[in-house]
Amino acid sequence: MLKKRIIPCLDVKEGRVVKGVQFVSLRDAGDPVELATFYNEQGADELVFLDISATVEGRDTMEDVVRQTASTLSIPFTVGGGIRTLEDMKRMLRAGADKVSLNSAALQNPSIIKEGADYFGSQCIVVAIDAKWSAEEDTWMIYTHGGRNRFERSAIEWAQQVAALGAGELLVTSMDGDGKKTGFDIALMTALRKVVNIPLIASGGAGNAEHFYEVFTEADADAALAASIFHYKETSVQQVKDYLRNQGVAIR
Amino acid sequence: MKIGIIDYGMGNLFSVEQAVKRLGVDVVTSSDATELQMADALILPGVGAFEDAIKCLDRSGLCQLINDVAVSDKPLLGICLGMQLLFESSEENGQHKGLGILKGHIKKFSSIQYRIPHMGWNNLHFPQPESWLTAAQKTDGHVYFVHSYYASQYDEQQLSAYAQYADQVVPAIVHKDNVTGMQFHPEKSGECGMALLEGWLNTVQVKEQTT
Repeated sequence: MLKKRIIPCLDVKEGRVVKGVQFVSLRDAGDPVELATFYNEQGADELVFLDISATVEGRDTMEDVVRQTASTLSIPFTVGGGIRTLEDMKRMLRAGADKVSLNSAALQNPSIIKEGADYFGSQCIVVAIDAKWSAEEDTWMIYTHGGRNRFERSAIEWAQQVAALGAGELLVTSMDGDGKKTGFDIALMTALRKVVNIPLIASGGAGNAEHFYEVFTEADADAALAASIFHYKETSVQQVKDYLRNQGVAIR
Repeated sequence: MKIGIIDYGMGNLFSVEQAVKRLGVDVVTSSDATELQMADALILPGVGAFEDAIKCLDRSGLCQLINDVAVSDKPLLGICLGMQLLFESSEENGQHKGLGILKGHIKKFSSIQYRIPHMGWNNLHFPQPESWLTAAQKTDGHVYFVHSYYASQYDEQQLSAYAQYADQVVPAIVHKDNVTGMQFHPEKSGECGMALLEGWLNTVQVKEQTT
């Protein structure tokens, strides 16, 4: 039986993990490879690295991070942030990433999804969608630039389009829930589940283990991603998985 | 002992290479048939489309090498698309002929009961006892799959492990004499994946000692 996945997300800037990770057990909490290893040992099913570097040097450093992670760990991981061209995808996949995640580049040029899927296979192409509820539109709209700019497009329609273009998976972040720790956006995930048949990763809003249970059982998400609750040790990957297992959710 | 990884321009070889190295074994990654022939065993990896892969292999004379190895006693391991290529044919984007080393055909998942691709961690079932799988059976038994096509009409005798995906039996490990295929990615499958790779490498070592 296929298992629900728990995915810690690491924000990496110029080769260092940001968002102040608080782990006493780590020698260097800013080292992405060391943190990746730590999460692997806790039972993380997959990892996402989000590169938020502002410089070319920073992006080159990300390639080293990917290479080192792939040399050290034997679990799958995705790299997102700053991936705009086929060449960018090639660099990260050759360095050992299993998937690349496209966000604003795909919005500006949707054909990049198809190009990537044709060249590397759909399983390598994740499309990240940042969505926020709009009362006046009566649907979820897409946001870019960390939620600052609204893109005039419904997230539901966009999800259908990217699935048709060959995306292998969607990473959906609720901008309403992000950082609030009040739970994943069940309504958004349920609406997406009805229109696409590719795997869905829920993101934004994780505050405790019950939230993971809700998104898996109520919205049938395939995976759930969280950053701060793991980084700040409010709970651990292991605790979340133990809880889910006790509740009868299929977990590795 | 040296393992040859067949590089035919498809997919990510780095992770496979690193996983084998982590197990303390020398690796040569090459597209050159002569160089690959020197290795004690070969790994055929692969990510991407079936037709492209067969064309790339054919163009570089590697189909011949793989067919020669299959009838010798040198171990050969196909991973993911590399396993699918070992079969007779695939229906991925039209009908395409495979290497025909194993009996069976590659079909697309087609059901509304499950999502495609079959992506994520699934647990293995082992229908028959095989000594090289013992170490893997002692782990949590989960491996990482990502694929939209699966092997069908295969020889049941050659099925070493399978996974269950909704109502579909997914052949996960196939094994015939010196030829092995793994549909999942052992190099990305944590403890169980490493145990399977190690189990396979041990069979290479045993072969080496007896020849």
